[in-house]
Order: sequence, then C-alpha cells, then structure tokens
Amino acid sequence: MKKHTKNSFLNYGIIILFFVIFQTLVSTKHISNSLQGQLIPICVYIVMALSLNLVVGISGELSLGHAGFMSVGAFSGVIVSTALKHSVENGALRLLIAVIVGAIIASVAGVIIGIPVLRLRGDYLAIVTLAFGEIIKNFLNVLYVGVDAKGLHFSLKDEASLGLDIATGTTIVNGPMGAVGITKISTFFSAIILVIVTLFIIQNLVYSRTGRAIKAIRDNRIAAEACGLNVTKYKLVAFVVSAALAGSAGALYALNYSTVVPKKFDFNTSILILVFVVLGGIGNLTGSIIAAALLTVLPELLRAFSDYRMLVYAIVLILVMLITNNEKARILTTEFKYRLKIKKKSIGNKEVSE
Amino acid sequence: MLSYLINGISLGSVYAIIALGYTMVYGIAKMLNFAHGDVIMVGGYMAYITSSYLGLPYGVAILISIAVCTLLGIFIEKLAYKPLRSATSLAVLITAIGVSYFLQNAALLIWSSNPKAFPNMVNFGTLELGNIRITSASIITFLSCVVIMVALTLFTNKTKMGKAMKAVSEDKGAAQLMGINVNATISLTFAIGSGLAAIAGVLLCSSYPNLTPTTGSMPGIKAFTAAVFGGIGSIPGAMLGGIILGIIEILSKAYISTELSDAIVFAVLIVILIVKPTGLLGKKVTEKV
Amino acid sequence: MKKKLLSLLLTGAMVLSLAACGATAESDQAANDSAAAETETAETEEETETAATDSADGAVTGTLKLGFIGPITGAAGQYGSLANYGAQIAVEELNALGTGLTIEYQPEDDVHDAETSVNAYNTLKDWNVQAIVGCVTTTPCIAVASEAYSDRVFMLTPSASSPKVTADRDNVYQVCFSDPNQGSKSAEYISENNLATKVAIIYNNADAYSTGIYQTFVSEAEARGLEVVSTTTFTDDTTDFSVQVTDAKNAGAELVFLPIYYQPASLILSEMDKQGYEATVFGVDGMDGILGIEGFDTSLAEGVMLLTPFAADATDDATVSFVKKFNEKAGETPSQFAADAYDAVYTIVDALNAYAAKNGAFDVTDLSAEELCDILINTISSDDFSVDGLTGAGMKWNASGEVNKSPKAVIIKDGVYVGM
Repeated sequence: MKKHTKNSFLNYGIIILFFVIFQTLVSTKHISNSLQGQLIPICVYIVMALSLNLVVGISGELSLGHAGFMSVGAFSGVIVSTALKHSVENGALRLLIAVIVGAIIASVAGVIIGIPVLRLRGDYLAIVTLAFGEIIKNFLNVLYVGVDAKGLHFSLKDEASLGLDIATGTTIVNGPMGAVGITKISTFFSAIILVIVTLFIIQNLVYSRTGRAIKAIRDNRIAAEACGLNVTKYKLVAFVVSAALAGSAGALYALNYSTVVPKKFDFNTSILILVFVVLGGIGNLTGSIIAAALLTVLPELLRAFSDYRMLVYAIVLILVMLITNNEKARILTTEFKYRLKIKKKSIGNKEVSE
Repeated sequence: MLSYLINGISLGSVYAIIALGYTMVYGIAKMLNFAHGDVIMVGGYMAYITSSYLGLPYGVAILISIAVCTLLGIFIEKLAYKPLRSATSLAVLITAIGVSYFLQNAALLIWSSNPKAFPNMVNFGTLELGNIRITSASIITFLSCVVIMVALTLFTNKTKMGKAMKAVSEDKGAAQLMGINVNATISLTFAIGSGLAAIAGVLLCSSYPNLTPTTGSMPGIKAFTAAVFGGIGSIPGAMLGGIILGIIEILSKAYISTELSDAIVFAVLIVILIVKPTGLLGKKVTEKV
Repeated sequence: MKKKLLSLLLTGAMVLSLAACGATAESDQAANDSAAAETETAETEEETETAATDSADGAVTGTLKLGFIGPITGAAGQYGSLANYGAQIAVEELNALGTGLTIEYQPEDDVHDAETSVNAYNTLKDWNVQAIVGCVTTTPCIAVASEAYSDRVFMLTPSASSPKVTADRDNVYQVCFSDPNQGSKSAEYISENNLATKVAIIYNNADAYSTGIYQTFVSEAEARGLEVVSTTTFTDDTTDFSVQVTDAKNAGAELVFLPIYYQPASLILSEMDKQGYEATVFGVDGMDGILGIEGFDTSLAEGVMLLTPFAADATDDATVSFVKKFNEKAGETPSQFAADAYDAVYTIVDALNAYAAKNGAFDVTDLSAEELCDILINTISSDDFSVDGLTGAGMKWNASGEVNKSPKAVIIKDGVYVGM
C-alpha cells in the first residue's frame, strides 16, 4: 500500500475509533457532561483545522481570517434552518440543507475574497485575510434578517426596518446580538459524518493532479509557472474548498447552540484554529485532528486551576512551540532516539550472541 | 469637518506611535510580534502603579515604565523568540500569540480585570481655536511621533548599530560573516521596540484613560494594519499609515456609519495593497530565481 | 511526523496530570473554605430574611449545591468578578447562620462566550449542581438557559436583563430589571422632572442590554414629547468616542442618555470634558460602579444621574454591612452586579425556607436539580413570596421570570452617589 493511502486510512480510522469510543461512552452514560457537551465543538474544530491546513499547509498561504468563513456558514445555516422550520420537519434533513447552504455561501465568499487576496504574498496576504475576517464580522454586525409568511426580509439598518408581519414574523438575525432562539439540531453523529466528508474531500484533493499542482506552486511558484501551471486558478481551488468546508463547520456549530453572535468569530478564533494547524504540524492532517481535539478540551480540563487557567494554557502553548521547533531540542530528541535504537540493537545482539 | 480631521489626526498619531514599534521589530527581525500590543498594556500599568501607588512624579513614572518594558522586551526575546531563530515564521507567530495570551492573563491576575482610570500624564491644558479644541495629549502624541520617527530614521541610517540592524534585516548569514553579532542586534531591536511600546502605552492611556488587561490588543491590531498600510518595515511609512488610518476611521464614523468604520478602514487597506502590494512606502522586493 | 505526534501526546499527558493535581488542590481549598465559613463567628447580622426563616418548625436542612456562571476572566471579567464576590458573601453569611442548611458554592468562568458558558454549565452538572446563580451576561445566559430548560435546572440570573433570557422558559428568573422596563422608566423620569427636551443617545449596539434599553427608551421618549436629536452607537472595542460626543454636541442636546456599562461611560465622560461639552448625563443601572473605577477623576462624573436599584452609600444596615464585607474581600466598592448576585443567593434560600414553612421541614441534600427546580419555580412565582434585598424592598416575580421592583434615582455629587 502506498504511504499516503496508509495515512488516509489512518485518519479515517482515528475518526471512526473516536466516534465508536465516545458513542459507547455516551450511550452507557460513562462520560462526564462536560466532555459530552464538547463532542460536537471538537468535531467542528477538527473540520476547521483540516480546512485551514489545506490553505496553510498544502497551498502554503498564511490565512488569518478563517473564522470569517465559519461565521458566513454559521449565519446562513441558521437563517436557512429557521426559515425552513415549518416546511421541513425532519431535523436531520434540515441540518443537511443548512450545512450545504452554509458551504455554498461560504464558498461564494471564498471566491470574492480569494481573487484579490491571492495576488498578494506572505505577510501582506496574511494581513488582508485578517482584514476580510474583520470586514465580515462588521458586516454581520449590521445585518438584520427576519422571516414571515411573505418570506425572508433583509436590512442593514435595524430590526424595525425589516417590516415584519407582527403575527407571523420572527427576527432570525438581529445585528450584533446575533441569532437567538435557534433550534438545536446538530448531533454528534452528523458532526462525525462532516469530519469524514471533510477528510475525504481534502485527501482526495491533495493526492489528485490538482493537489500536486497546488503543492508544486507552494514549493516553487516560479518553476511551477514556468511549467505552465495556472497559479491563480490552483490557489483559488484550495482557498475556495477550504472556505466551503469552514462554512459547513460553521453551520453545524451554530445549530448546536441556542444563540450565536458575530463577535464569536473574530480574530481570536481565527488564531485559535491556526494554532491547531501549526501545533499539529503544517500540512499534517493527522496532526491537525489530534491538535484540534486536544486543544479544545485543554481549557476545560484546566478549569480546576480557575483563574490561572488561561495563563497555564499560554505557557503550555509557548513550551510546546519551543520544544517542537527549537534546533537544540530537535537535536536532543534525535540523539535520544538514536541512542535508543543502538540500545535496542545491542540488546538484540546480546540475545543473539547468548 | 475640521474638528473631525483633528480628532482623526490625534487618533492616528496614537496608532502611528504603536506602528513605529511594530515596524521596527518587523523590519529587522522579520517577525510579526503580536505581543507588542500587550507590552503597551504593561507599559501603561507600570506608569500607573508607579505614579498612583508609589506617588512618583509622572516623568519618573514614564522613565520607569520605559525601563521595565525594555527589559521585558529583551527577556521575551531571549526566552521565547531566540530559541526559534531557525524555525519557520509561522512557529514564531504562534509563539508570539502565546506570549500575548501570557501577558494578558498575567496582568489579569496581578491587576484584576477592573478598569483603572489612567491619569492624563501629559496634561498642559487645552488649545482652543474658535470652537475647535485640541488637547495637549494629542499635540504631544503627534510631536513624539515625529521625534521618534526622525530619531529612528537617523539611528538606522547613520549609526554603526543602526547599520548593523539593516544588515541583519537583509541577510542574517552574511551579516554574521561580516562580524556583526546577530543575536545582540536583534535583542537591541526588541529593546528599542518595547521601550517605544511603553511610551505608546502612556500616550494611548493619556488620550483614552481606560486601562484593562486587554487595553493593548485592539489598538495593537489597528496599528499593525497601519504599519502594513504604510509599507511594513518602513519607518516613515508607519507614521504615515497610522495617521491616514486614524483619519479614515474618524471620518467614516462621522459621515458613514459608526458600526462599519472598522470595515471601511480594512477595505481601504485591501484596496491599497491590491494597487500597491507592498504598502504606501514599502520597498519592492525582487524575487531571486 | 512521529516526533510531532509524540510531542502532542506528551503535552496531552502533561495537561492531564496537571489537571489532576489541580482538581485535588481545588477540593482541598473548597474544604478549607467551608471550614472557614463554619468557624466564622456569628457576627453576621441577619438581614433580608423573610418571616419564614424565623419559624422554628419547617426549616431547610442539608447541603445545597449552588453553582455560579459568569465571566471571571476576559474582557468582561470585571462584571462577573463583582457578581462572584457578591454571591460568595451571601453564601458565607448564610453558612455562618448555622440554620442546618449548608451551601456549597462553585463559581465557573465563561469568559463572556456562549460556547464556554455551556461548557461551564456542563462542568457544574458533573458536580451535581442543584441550582444556578447566573449567567452574568446576556448572550451566554441565553445559550445556557436553553440547556438548563431541557435539563430542568433552576437559574436565577443576577444581571442578564434581556427579555430573551426568560422568554418561553419557566425555569429562568431575573434579579435585575428587564431592559424594556429600564428604558421606559428612564424616559418617564426625564420628562416628569423636566430635565431636558433635546436628548442625545449613545449606546452600544453590540450589546443586547444596551440596545434593549435604547429601543424602549426611544418609543417612550417619543410618546412623552422628548426630542431625540442625536443617536450614535459604538461597539465593544471602541475607545475613541470623539465622533459620538461631537455629534451630540453639534445637535445641541441638553441631556445625554447613556444606556451602557460604566467602563465605556467613563471614556465618554472624559471625552465630553475634553471637548468642553456640558450636558446632563443620565445613565442606567450599568452605570453604577463608575465611581469604583480605580483612579477615576470623580469630578468628571459630577452631576451624572442614574436609575439604579442599588446605591453603595445607602445608610441602611444591610447595605452598610454588605459594602464593608465586600471591601474586605475584594478591596473595592460593590456595584449593582455584586448586590444583585448577593440578592440572588438570598432569594433562592428564602424560597426554600418559604417552601419549608408551608410544607414542613425537608432535607435538600438528596433532592435532584429537577425536583428543586419545581419547588423554586412554584415558590418564587407565587403571590405571597417576596424578598427584601439590597436591590429593592418587596421584590416579587411573575411567572415569566421578571422581577418587579422600583429603581431609585441617584445623582453623583462631590464624588458620592446621593439619592434624589
């Protein structure tokens, strides 16, 4: 079996194992409420990390506005789900529609943002993605959406200007106060399905012809261009797929809580997801999965420290970065492994000689 | 209109003074120091406690605050960034974010989240021209900006240390071969950047007298935008970027929408970068094949 | 790749071990706390008690597990910390009474974020919480309320004032006024006392609390013939208020209505001073606490009026004793956040006592959160239940969870709050 096929199956295996273990724990009631409540957010953050890894790791562009796509997906998902509340009774079907619509609208945003952004490079690209993330947040802060018998109403002014029918109308998105009164329809099972679909899409993309082109551009843009690759097109593919996946994760996330506000998806959330990707290893999908899961649970595990919680989180973050990236630490670990190998060998030799 | 413009310039000079510190560190060490905003916050707190608790005069308080921040900058660099000199820029970025979280939460534990009202340390009255009022804090912030900009430009162009900094920023390896102590040079950059952060902290809090552990983060991001706007790494660019950003922000708040002012600022940034991808005064880097 | 996996695993292991240490430390501390509370002498004055506690027959006994959720760290950390201290003081006082009821109290931080708040709630559930004081802020409170509603856990929020918190949920009650109530009361007060005819409003449109008050204020102001000449907004990150203040000044407003929290309000006051703009400033309960900002130049707040349920300088015994204890504990003057949380704890205990007085003594220890929820809902919403607290005398609740109490108008004179 090829190495990458093995890796792909390893990733599916991890997710399925994760699902089986926790589903059993949940159904036998052997899991704490705290952990059970985090299962869906964990899956959401795994999808976010995987999709960002497609941009940062595979395509090699630093993006600081990934949470922006998540919020686009989140709010479009909520609007669709609330608007269809009466026409589509089945929660699972409504969730599916919401997630797909979230993905489509986020990918539209991805195209709109991607075309100008991908002309830039390096730190300038990073700052522009940050700027777009903030613009999306600001825009959602003035967006008012309501629904009544006549259909959807939009406004950029205030709740009153929606002109909703008083008897049948409900405000879905209320500017900076976000969406309130969301019917929770996300389930752990659907979240796992989304993770598997995400893995399927990314892994097939990465090992396809397009994926190889994207990696070639990352490694040497000029050489790739000289080989006749359309740089903007391939970069845009990675960027838009990543945006769509983030959008679907956003929809799933929003439909897991009874309220969601635009402020949630700010610069800090983008950074949080970037931390998952970098800690898990840039370009390493398995790493992203594990890092996203561990780091989502970490602040909750640290609750026992109460006030010192986030301080400890910061220290752990710095230490892990230092240990995994420091030249000296790297040499030490390789040396240690080498010694271990020699030891094993020598033990093996002894056994043979005896 | 004129009063809005003046408000814009005084907000812009606060951004500019923070952006100068950002651009200094980025220009030399080639790293986005996301903890810069939090060093500003520490600077503000140091000036506050030395003047309010210890009762020292404002001048002394500001000096102590500069000294503490300079040491803090060197300390952070030695502990967190130096071991990563050969790592990817992303790894350094994440570490900087870790440092930023650390400073914020340490401040939260030490000084609590209750806001402190910062005294106006540069209050010499208010200049009144007709119905336009300019506070001394605005004037002093603007003047300090100009002075710092000129001083930094002279320093990097004329002195030996400054030239060493430029050399390090262009090619670390070659600079080392020419006998420049790269580590010491980068430490010095951080020392200067953090000292500037302390001054920025005092001036920021004198204009907007509210000190909390998160005081530095939003102005930090805005100032970073300003630095990119002007061409990151360029010292006059940072100043220009900061002032323009401040004016755009105030004018869009006044005439378009208070909610969308940030969006407008960022939209202008995007347009500028697309038209001129290295910012207003940034140097174009030619790619070697 | 292996190396990275290894380092991740190591981090995980380290974190787990740290968490384990933390957990034991925590429980030790909790034990110490309750011991300390028990040994504390009964110097505590009895206050804010209903008649029910005094009757010897039919008392509540056992251990009540009371949780608290609020932002203790983060940008909104000051509000949650104040409420947390307030609730702690009430718990210590009640435990020191020695009535046979012991309260175990556990605060959880939610960083003013819905996701973290639900996590905090789940952590409390693992601790077998029986009733919750919280959440302190509105958005997290809405998220937690819907969880608590399906789990049947009683919630009494000290300060999440939006009607959306209590809407359609029978298990959520408020100690603070609801937003619409405050908005209309403020407009009413301004017009009845002829404070101004031209009014400017600066509000935080990213905040449910502020927007809620703003909306009802405007409709009530129109009805009463007040002219709103300038309306400007800001968001949580705003530090520069020059535009908002200039707008109000140019529109010639005689009164600036600030339905916002005290931290941005202090910046607006200093900006008004900078621009030499002298207008009456009228605030709401979120403004209470402005004099508690460390280093704040109180002359800036001279003449500021606010409607608040609580004034820290009130001379009644209950307030004086509370302010003294709060100062010892937190080193600052309490605001209405602290007082509301303090009242919230007393309200829950009073309700239990009232229930015991009616239905005979009972032990609270083994009651499930669900059973307790029904008891508390029935008692608190009943007509004959009322609480005399720090934030109002004779507070009564309707079935939708809103409190009925009247605000006090307060003016700041010479750096202190003076009742009007």
